[in-house]
Amino acid sequence: MPNMSYGEAIRDGLRTAMRADENVYLLGEDVAQFGGVYGITKGLYDEFGARRVKNTPLSEAAIIGEAIGASIAGLRPVAEIQFSDFITTGFSQLVDVAAPYTFRSGTHLPFVIRAPSGGGLRIGPYHSKSLEALFFHFPGLKIVMPSTPYDAKGLLLAAIRDPDPVLFLEHKKLYYELREEVPSDSYEIPLGKAVVRRPGTNVTLVTYSAMVYKALEAAAKLEQEGISLEVVDLRSLVPLDEATILQSFAKTNRAIILHEAPKRGGIGGELVSLLCEKAFDYLAAPIIRLGAKMTPIPVAPALEDFYYPSVDEIIQAAKRLVQY
Amino acid sequence: MGLHTIHSSPANTAGNAAAEEVLRSPERLLEIYYYLLLTRMLENKVAYICHNQNPQQPIIIGKGYLSTGQEGISVGAAYALESGDWLAPSHRDMGALMVRGMTCRQIFLQYFARASSPTWGRDGNVHVGDTSKQILFFISHMGSNLPVGNGVAAALQYRGAKNVVLGCFGDGASSQGVVHETMNYASVFKLPIVFVLNNNRYAISTPLHEQCAVEHLALRAAGYGMPGKTIDGNNVMEVYRHVKEAVERARRGEGPSLIECKTMRMGGHGTHDPATYIPKEEFETWKKRDPILGYKNYLQEQGILTEDQEQSIKARIEGEIEEAVEYARTQPMPVAEDLLKER
Repeated sequence: MPNMSYGEAIRDGLRTAMRADENVYLLGEDVAQFGGVYGITKGLYDEFGARRVKNTPLSEAAIIGEAIGASIAGLRPVAEIQFSDFITTGFSQLVDVAAPYTFRSGTHLPFVIRAPSGGGLRIGPYHSKSLEALFFHFPGLKIVMPSTPYDAKGLLLAAIRDPDPVLFLEHKKLYYELREEVPSDSYEIPLGKAVVRRPGTNVTLVTYSAMVYKALEAAAKLEQEGISLEVVDLRSLVPLDEATILQSFAKTNRAIILHEAPKRGGIGGELVSLLCEKAFDYLAAPIIRLGAKMTPIPVAPALEDFYYPSVDEIIQAAKRLVQY
Repeated sequence: MGLHTIHSSPANTAGNAAAEEVLRSPERLLEIYYYLLLTRMLENKVAYICHNQNPQQPIIIGKGYLSTGQEGISVGAAYALESGDWLAPSHRDMGALMVRGMTCRQIFLQYFARASSPTWGRDGNVHVGDTSKQILFFISHMGSNLPVGNGVAAALQYRGAKNVVLGCFGDGASSQGVVHETMNYASVFKLPIVFVLNNNRYAISTPLHEQCAVEHLALRAAGYGMPGKTIDGNNVMEVYRHVKEAVERARRGEGPSLIECKTMRMGGHGTHDPATYIPKEEFETWKKRDPILGYKNYLQEQGILTEDQEQSIKARIEGEIEEAVEYARTQPMPVAEDLLKER
């Protein structure tokens, strides 16, 4: 089984989908010969040509619009938005045109928007954002945020073959950091299935994307102090695997929700509500939300590191919960 | 009015020849007349119901959005399409919806928000479409259908199909950034799409001179590297000719065009809007340029339309509309649980 980085696994997923289905094609800024700013589509132009790997003008609304229209006409476009931050210039196409389209028309829109998301690379307020909560609010959009190379490929293949619009948010910090064995053949990880990354008994920590690694680091340290943290990786936010979250919480009765996006208005609030509404009787302690601070994302290392929730904050939160 | 062709596309007589053939056929000319009248009478019916229904128990949910006085654009442009071509409609494209095969029943089901409407009663009035007839569903965000039209055109190009997309929008929409992106993008890829700009001089209450600083919006085409024309939108044969030429150009793979059709919105934005902000004289002037009246005169001069034929076409349309209204009126409304049903 080949060893792939997260970015290579995504490329392999694209290649696999394109080889299997002539209707799948790529579009986006600089995605052709150049291979995209993170090099994710590198080599695909050579294999599939200009027809199936299309460079576009710098026009996010037009790119997303093409994905919508081409999917209405029966293709399965996969559009890359250079940084997830830039989706906002095409926001209306996603939330006003695409999201309600099936509800209104009965016509499905099988397209995927891929975008590098998240921070930690010292590239500041316009290249680091985690915008999933914005899209979480709109009925009609699926949101996938993988954390491992294996998941990235399997979830991408499922997203491309899904009948509805999927926002596939890749964590740019993971592109080259992580390697693992990834099957070279085709496989899908169904959307809406969370995974327990580390089983535990005292506290449930629900997270996704790169924050999984901070959670695992905290869990390893907590174990030395006799606290057992269960780490749930959501993998997709829409659909949301409520069952896995509730099952874990029923066991631990204590929960931390962790994400890289700002705490205010983040996914965490929704997950806290889920636990309060559906598992109130299991609640042994207040639920703790950990998210970024309410400022734009800074560049200088000390500032950016302080901006995100730290491993130490996770450890302190877990301790507070078991001592409650 | 000083209407003129600002920029002509390179010599291509193919589209024109096909257009002229159609415009010599009495049957086709009468068919165009039928669609013009159908659109006018259908929308008159919508307006009549809007103004005469019990507000406590309305039959039409919401308001009527009409194309009265602008039918020449939507009918003439859509008539230039062939089987398998797509339509990205704007607010005032009832004529195009009819030409492309939507039915009076569908329109009244939609206006009455019935469970069997094209949107299952989930959306209303002109927020309509029909994927099986290659018609995109219109949304309220002006200009937002155009990049989607590009996407359909990209899919047609991807497959090597010889079909095209008609992308419709108005003078108000032309101020949207997304329209600029769409035009530039379509031209870069030589997408098979024709942009029809219905310039009806008002965006709700905002007159054209407060909307843009040029008189002719088709001037913008030059900046995208596509042919642009400003034509008389109230002359259905002109609209048909020029759109046909652009459609055939797109079909040959030569890329998009912009056709600005000058007209006048002969009423408010919707049936709720008395348009008191428009000077009466403006309506009076444009009333004399009514596209249906002008076309009817032409047909009569040519001896194509007799008074008997006129009456029989009107009677046929009246029958179709009455049947559709009665049909739609008796269809069930959605029930609460329908909200969560998957489509």
